[in-house]
Parts: sequence; C-alpha cells; structure tokens
Amino acid sequence: MAELSALGSAPPRRRSVRSGQDRLPLGRTSGTGLGLAVLWLSLLVLVPLAAVVSKAAGAGLADFWSAVTTHEALSAIRLTVLAAAAVSLVNAVMGTLIAWVLVRDEFVGKRVLEVLIDLPFALPTIVAGLVLTTLYGPHSPVGVTWYASRPGVLVALLFVTLPFVVRTVEPVLLSLETEAEQAAASLGAGPVRTFVRIVLPAIAPAIASGASLAFGRAMGEYGSVVLISGQLPRTEVASQYIYQQIESGYLPDAAAVATVLLLVSVLVLALLNGLRGWAARRG
Amino acid sequence: MGIQALDITKRFGAFLALDDVTLEVGSGELTALLGPSGGGKSTLLRIIGGLEEADSGRVVIDGVEATGIPAQRRDVGFVFQHYAAFKHLSVYRNVAFGLEIRKRPKAEIQRRVRELLELVHLEQFADRMPAQLSGGQRQRMALARALAVEPKVLLLDEPFGALDAKVRKELRDWLRRLHDEVHVTTVFVTHDQEEALEVADSLVVINHGRIEQVGSPNELYDHPANDFVMGFLGPVTRLGGHLVRPHDIEVLTADSAGAVPASVQRLVRVGYQVRAELRADAAPATAQVAGPGGGQAGAPGAASVGRPAGAEPDAAAADTAVQLTRGQADALELRVGSRVWLRPAQHASVLTAR
Repeated sequence: MAELSALGSAPPRRRSVRSGQDRLPLGRTSGTGLGLAVLWLSLLVLVPLAAVVSKAAGAGLADFWSAVTTHEALSAIRLTVLAAAAVSLVNAVMGTLIAWVLVRDEFVGKRVLEVLIDLPFALPTIVAGLVLTTLYGPHSPVGVTWYASRPGVLVALLFVTLPFVVRTVEPVLLSLETEAEQAAASLGAGPVRTFVRIVLPAIAPAIASGASLAFGRAMGEYGSVVLISGQLPRTEVASQYIYQQIESGYLPDAAAVATVLLLVSVLVLALLNGLRGWAARRG
Repeated sequence: MGIQALDITKRFGAFLALDDVTLEVGSGELTALLGPSGGGKSTLLRIIGGLEEADSGRVVIDGVEATGIPAQRRDVGFVFQHYAAFKHLSVYRNVAFGLEIRKRPKAEIQRRVRELLELVHLEQFADRMPAQLSGGQRQRMALARALAVEPKVLLLDEPFGALDAKVRKELRDWLRRLHDEVHVTTVFVTHDQEEALEVADSLVVINHGRIEQVGSPNELYDHPANDFVMGFLGPVTRLGGHLVRPHDIEVLTADSAGAVPASVQRLVRVGYQVRAELRADAAPATAQVAGPGGGQAGAPGAASVGRPAGAEPDAAAADTAVQLTRGQADALELRVGSRVWLRPAQHASVLTAR
C-alpha cells in the first residue's frame, strides 16, 4: 500500500474520494426504489440482451463480421433501419397533426377518432398484417398492390406505430396555454410563425419521445410485416431474417444481426433522448 | 381617434355576453372596464383586440376600420392575466419577439429592447427565463413585450388579477405613472373597483353584457346612475327608503328636520374607523327591544346579545350601517342602545331604493 501511494497514485485516489462525496446521499426510500428499478430492469431487459450479445460474441469477431456482412443480412438491416427512420419521421409530422386536430378542433366523431387511434395497439399485429395483405395483396379490392414491396412494409410499420406520437403529444398540447399563442398573434405573428416559434418548442420533447418509441417498435416489428413482405430477400426486414436463421439452426448468425439492431437502436434512442433533453433545456 | 366599438353583440351559445354595446375611448386615455366576472368586459376587450370575433358590430381603432382584421394586423398590445410568457425564450427574446416578427434591424431591436427593459425596471433580468421571475416581474415583462411594437392601443385583461395584494398595489401605481410617460390609449379590464377608481381616467361599468354607466371615477362615485353602479363602486346602506353610502350619513344626538330616529345595534371598530349598525325605529316595539340589549351589551364583544332581539318583528327592515371616524364616534358617545337621529350628509349621493 505504501508503495502504491508512493508511486504517485494520490491524485486519482483523491478524485475518486471527492466524487464519492459529491454524489447525492440516497435516502432509504429512494435507495430502495433505485435498487428495485435496477433489479427489475436487469431481470427483464439486461440479462436477455446480454445473452444475445454473448451468443453473438461467442463465435468470435471474424464470424460475427461475416455473419452481419452477408448480402442478405446487410440488406435486411439496411431496410429495417431506413424504414424505421422513415416511419419515425412520418409519424412525427402526422402524429403531431392528428394530436393537434384532436386537441384543438371540435368536430362530429371526435370520440370515435380517439378510439380509432389506439386500435393498432389493440389489434394483434398478425391480424393487422393479414388485413393489409388482403387489402393490398395480389387480388387487391382497392386496386393497389403493395404485396412483396417496400411500400407494403412501410405501410405495415406506419400502421402499428401510429399511436405513439399522437399519444405523447396530445397531453402536452392539452396542457399548453393558448394565451401565449394569442400573445404572439397580437404581436404580429401569423399562424405558421406562431406554431413554429411558440408551439413547436413546447411540444418538441414530446414529439421526440413519440418518434423514438415508434422507431424502436419499427426496428423490432415482425407480425404485421411478415405476410405483406412476401418473404422475398428484397423486402425482408431484420426480424424476419433473424427468424429464418433461427429456423435454419444458425443461432450465432441470428444473434449477430440482433446485436447490430440493438446497437443501432441504442444509438438512435440516445440521440433522440439527447435531442429531447436539449429541447427541454431550451424550453 | 382612440377606440370605437359600435353596436357589439356577442353570444356564446345561448349566453348573451354582450348586448348591443357601444363604447368610445378617447385617444391617449386610460380607461377601465369595470364589472363583475361574467359581465362581458373581458369579451369586449378581446373583441377590440381581435382575439374574439363579434357576432355583429364594428371596431374602429385610431380611425381605421378594424372589424374582420385578424389580431396580428391590428397593432394592439395585449396583456393577459396569466402573463402568457413565452416560456422557452429569455426575457430579452420575449420583449424582442414582436420586433423580430417585423424584421427590424438587429441594432434597432437591441436598442429598443434595452429601453423597454429599463422602462419596466427589468434591465438586469434580460437573460433570465420567465420561470425565474416573480409574478409581478413577469407581468412587467409582458407589458414591455406589448409596448415594444409601439401599438396604437394597449389592452390589459385583468393585468394584476393573479398577483398578491401588495404587488398589485405597487403595479397599479406603476401603471399609472407608465401611462403618464407613454401616453398610449389604454383600456384595462378589472373587477376591483378600488383599482379602477385609483388608476383610470375614465370608467366604464359593465354588467350582464350591457354598459351601465360611463364617466370619470368621481362622477361615477358621486353620481351613480343606478343602484348597481352605486353598489359596485363602493359600500351602500339603506336609510329610510334611500340608498346612501355609509360614510355619507350624519349622526345627530337631537331630532332635526328630515332625520330618522334610530338606535345603535352594534359597534365595530376597524382600525381608525368605527362601523355602527343602527335600526330606525319604525314601530314603537323597537324601543322595548333595544332596552335589554343595550343594558347587557355595554362591554365590547357582547354586541351579539342584542342580536336575538333584533331578529324579532321587522327583521326584514334592513339595518343602516354608518361609517364614522373614531373621533366622531367618541364625540357622539355612541353605545349600543344609544338613541340617535340619522340623515344623509349634504353632498351625499342618494338613490331611491327599489
């Protein structure tokens, strides 16, 4: 010990001591709460995810790399990430619009629309996929054929992610005072400028929340896509690819692609979270 | 010039908020719209500001037809009861908002905002966020923001309604002084008659969607057009079938022409003032009743003993309240049970009770 401290390890030690003092002391209640939260998260989320990652890593880095860089794997990952990004963007715009209409406008059938919004959550996704396939499939009654095409995948993802932004933005819009908008109007701002400069900053964190939920859901969606995608390599999303690999007994390959999905999700969610924090700090 | 609101009618569903109201506000004046809540005064202000549309009628601001023109092109400054601060913008950016919308050069915006922040005494708070300000400061910021665009008229909707009594009083004085400096035509809505009497050049009393009376504070206080205006602007009591202000009643110790005999029922000291409740002896029975009550109620606080007796025959005949200074009450040697004579003072405003 004497040797160690003589070797000039004093500064880092002092820092670690200070950081220990800086930490807020947790009371018994919040300490218990934190403990329970961590335990719960570990059991439900961290342990399974760690298992996936360790499975992927078990085969070694070279195998991991070759597993995720096959043509099919890459195409599936690319389609999934791009589709999820597109879905979040479309949702951010349309979800905000729908929330606005629901909160600010009075019209006949408002309550019906309120219920309709949540329907995609309630419907089993495989049923949604079936309905979409009959609607836009080979014998489409509406004359639109999106079967086994990328628009078909996109529509399926949009369907299941519709409620997220609507439901995160709605309560924020409800609690927003309209007086600030009236003040902006009396100061000479038109409706568009009032929305962009007064309303949008207030609801931006909620939009980011909803969009990241939609992104996460779209990244992992399986049920609604599996039928309409037609199982073609060109329209295969990552979850389908993973399922196929498992069926064929290539477990490490499946885990490798899953790990890549995980990494992308973590990155994007962290980014959106940062964006939300930044917007909240400004607001 | 100034503001003209002509034949304004506004309904909210079945509720008639404004019933064919016509209001003219002189240029450069500070006018108060006064009345009970739900009387229509805020609606009228919002119609003038373009935040609400009238069902019928016209609004003319500074000689320019404003009917149908949206708020953003009316050139009015509007101040709301709950500040309506732009929460995500600093105090500086709040005040600069209207100027930025008008695309004024940056240097001009900077100069103007500094000027205004000085005017409202917030120069050292320019970089704060609205959430870091007190209510009074937020409302001053809102005023600076409204004044920044040099509006033709300034409209304030219960501007001090959300503030505590002390800050309200300060801001009231401050608004008066500000108006003397800036001289923009100003209309403010309030339900506080003291605020209106103290600040405004002219008062408009509004009730049930109609204008009851328009005039200077003194005119309205001294010559109310009806019992509503009289009652809304200050305390009122009844004296022999008339409505009189409690401080406008003379108390005499001997009978005199036109005086009403009465006996003291209750004496309450409020600081330097004494409020006396008296009952005119309409029926001879009252004299009997007053006797025992007076005997027991000599000590302060025992006045309630007289109450049961008062609840007897003609309880419907309302008591007369009289406001006296302590000196006056002492000079008259008023006690519970004392017999006195009451008459309206010489210049008192007197209305026949309905």
